Amino acid sequence: MGRSVRKGPWIDPRLQRKVDKARRANNRLPIQTWARASTILPEYVGMTFLVHNGRQFAKVLVTEDMVGHKLGEFAPTRIFRGHTKAKTALEGAAPA
Amino acid sequence: MPRVIGVEIPGNKRTVVSLRYLYGVGDTRAQEICRALSINPEKRAKDLTDEELGAIGAYVERNLVAEGALRRQIAQNINRLREIGCYRGLRHRRGLPVRGQRTRTNARTRKGPRKTVAGKKSVKAMK
Repeated sequence: MGRSVRKGPWIDPRLQRKVDKARRANNRLPIQTWARASTILPEYVGMTFLVHNGRQFAKVLVTEDMVGHKLGEFAPTRIFRGHTKAKTALEGAAPA
Repeated sequence: MPRVIGVEIPGNKRTVVSLRYLYGVGDTRAQEICRALSINPEKRAKDLTDEELGAIGAYVERNLVAEGALRRQIAQNINRLREIGCYRGLRHRRGLPVRGQRTRTNARTRKGPRKTVAGKKSVKAMK
């Protein structure tokens, strides 16, 4: 279920503070953040964020289409590198 | 067979049912169309007059997104998700369920027919 409109979009206050600061300073440096649950506001378009994925920071350049999504949607937290080949896995894991 | 908005040809069923053969028109909208145009919903679709058919076509075009336009809209929405590189877009690209369903089992609608991996069973047997 979606969030109540009455409350407005959720933005981490800490992130908002960083954004405000950067805008006042006209700073184009990426903003590093852990606030994955924060909504992307229209005024963030063109800014770059470094969104934490649990290990690293993923660079996210905000475009118009991203407005309304959450920052975390653009920084995947899982890497799937495929399943191990059945044969080699068996040989490797088998207690001989 | 009668035609509504171009190629659409519903059968010799009641009008309310027949209208649901339009993409984007379901039970509710079929009823709504009949009510708005005061067409008897029980009347067989083949018995609709040309004026009634025209009125239905005009109503659908004016008030609803249906058929090709709707298909296009849906495709566009999905494409947008794909292009912005968000999680849902990635799931669409990979053909996996988008809304957080489990994939350990099931999810066959998205994943398609099972692709059996040899040796899977013996891994389990070893435990």
